[in-house]
Amino acid sequence: MKKRIHTLNIDDACDASFIEDVEKASGQKVSRCYQCGNCSASCAYTYVYDYPANQIMRLIQLGQKSAVLHSSSIWLCASCQACTTRCPCNIDVAKVMQSLRIMSREQETVSEKNIRVFFDEFMRSTRLFGRVFETGLLPVYNFLTGKPLNDMDLAPKVLTKGKLAFVPHRIPGQKHIEEIFARFEAHKRCENKCSDGPKAV
Amino acid sequence: MKRIAYYQGCSLEGLAREYDMSTRAVCKALDVELVEIPDWNCCGSTPAHSYDPLLPAALAGRNLAIAEGEGCDVVATPCPGCLKALKGALDVYQDEKKRAAFLEVLGMPFDGEIEAISVLQALYEDVGLDAIKKKVMTPLKGLVAVPYYGCLHSRPPKPNQFDDPENPIVMDRLLETIGVTVPDFPYKTECCGAAFGVTRNEIVGKLSARILDMAVRVGARMIVVACPLCQQNLDLRQDQISRRAGREFNIPVVYITQLIGLALGLKPKELGLKKLFVDASTLLKELMDANAAGQEASASA
Repeated sequence: MKKRIHTLNIDDACDASFIEDVEKASGQKVSRCYQCGNCSASCAYTYVYDYPANQIMRLIQLGQKSAVLHSSSIWLCASCQACTTRCPCNIDVAKVMQSLRIMSREQETVSEKNIRVFFDEFMRSTRLFGRVFETGLLPVYNFLTGKPLNDMDLAPKVLTKGKLAFVPHRIPGQKHIEEIFARFEAHKRCENKCSDGPKAV
Repeated sequence: MKRIAYYQGCSLEGLAREYDMSTRAVCKALDVELVEIPDWNCCGSTPAHSYDPLLPAALAGRNLAIAEGEGCDVVATPCPGCLKALKGALDVYQDEKKRAAFLEVLGMPFDGEIEAISVLQALYEDVGLDAIKKKVMTPLKGLVAVPYYGCLHSRPPKPNQFDDPENPIVMDRLLETIGVTVPDFPYKTECCGAAFGVTRNEIVGKLSARILDMAVRVGARMIVVACPLCQQNLDLRQDQISRRAGREFNIPVVYITQLIGLALGLKPKELGLKKLFVDASTLLKELMDANAAGQEASASA
């Protein structure tokens, strides 16, 4: 299907409290943004974004919660910090994007499912072994996303260099890492209970 | 001898093994004692950027707390991603509103007195160019190479407090100190595609191709990096990038510690030169042989 310019009817789906939520979560004054466009001009990923960084900022100001939290841009941001470095209003734009990723995870509006799978498996590996097990990560990701041949062209090269371990190494303090994850989850559960949980999109 | 805690991070146990080998060898040669953090764990890396910052802060914080317990007041990491996580943990600790939750999730004593820096910063500020210059045994004269800093070396400026965010020069100066010719490189801090190699390979294909292309265009025969992820994208994935770009790149991508090590007279094997995917050894051996022959000729003249 031909890709058309997408338009938004901003009156239809305005959530006026969204900007407050984002500012609270990120600690950044998004309302300060005056659309100079430095962030988008600096961003190496604008060409794959559905909304460039400056439009994400504007959509937040306009309470367009659903459009923002469903956007692929927030998951394709690489946290390269170019936007943050160049914002004349001193907004940490990369931090805002990070907060939006977290919100979209909580609200289950993640558009880039494979990226989420990769991130989750990375963290699972860290939790299981204490350090990420590089050799195991790729096959698990490929299996979960149904792409068995992904990056397999690299395997012969990597194997001849003897850089990767075939068996994961579990650090002696893995138990402490598991406890950190468990305490973190307990803390989040408690936080959500106090604030009646995340609001629906 | 300066004693600093060393946090190498997961990549340096795997695909970036040669970065670990060369960092340790160079620090030893420059009288910097690296104390490996016992039982260190993963900092959460890029994937942690989609979780509440409390989780990566506690993961990175555990390493800082152990380092403090070892009596170190500085921790150095060769990996810019790890550095961001360590600094992130210190930021969360210093935020009074978040400190209690951080300590609760961390679950161990922590004073927050420790400083996190990059190995590059330790080499540049603590060892210094003069001290390095004095120890250079075989300057890499005749090598034309560009430093590629990537995103996180000096960005964002506020927490990093090191080098210029728009035009970093630390690697330029280090390379010049060991005799390398360094052309201007406009893509010093352009992003290489970061952690999207596995999930969105075409992004790395496009962004890294621009960097390789610019390096070739300014006449470099080698790209010098200080980040395991940048290195992986530009080196391990160079064939993939070439296929996507429809042209063949063949430019070695080495760690700065490998070149400094060579100049200090360390053996290529100690520096893991053969572990790189695009061959750098041939070019470097030719160069060293030519320089040695030149030295002999001038000595006998």
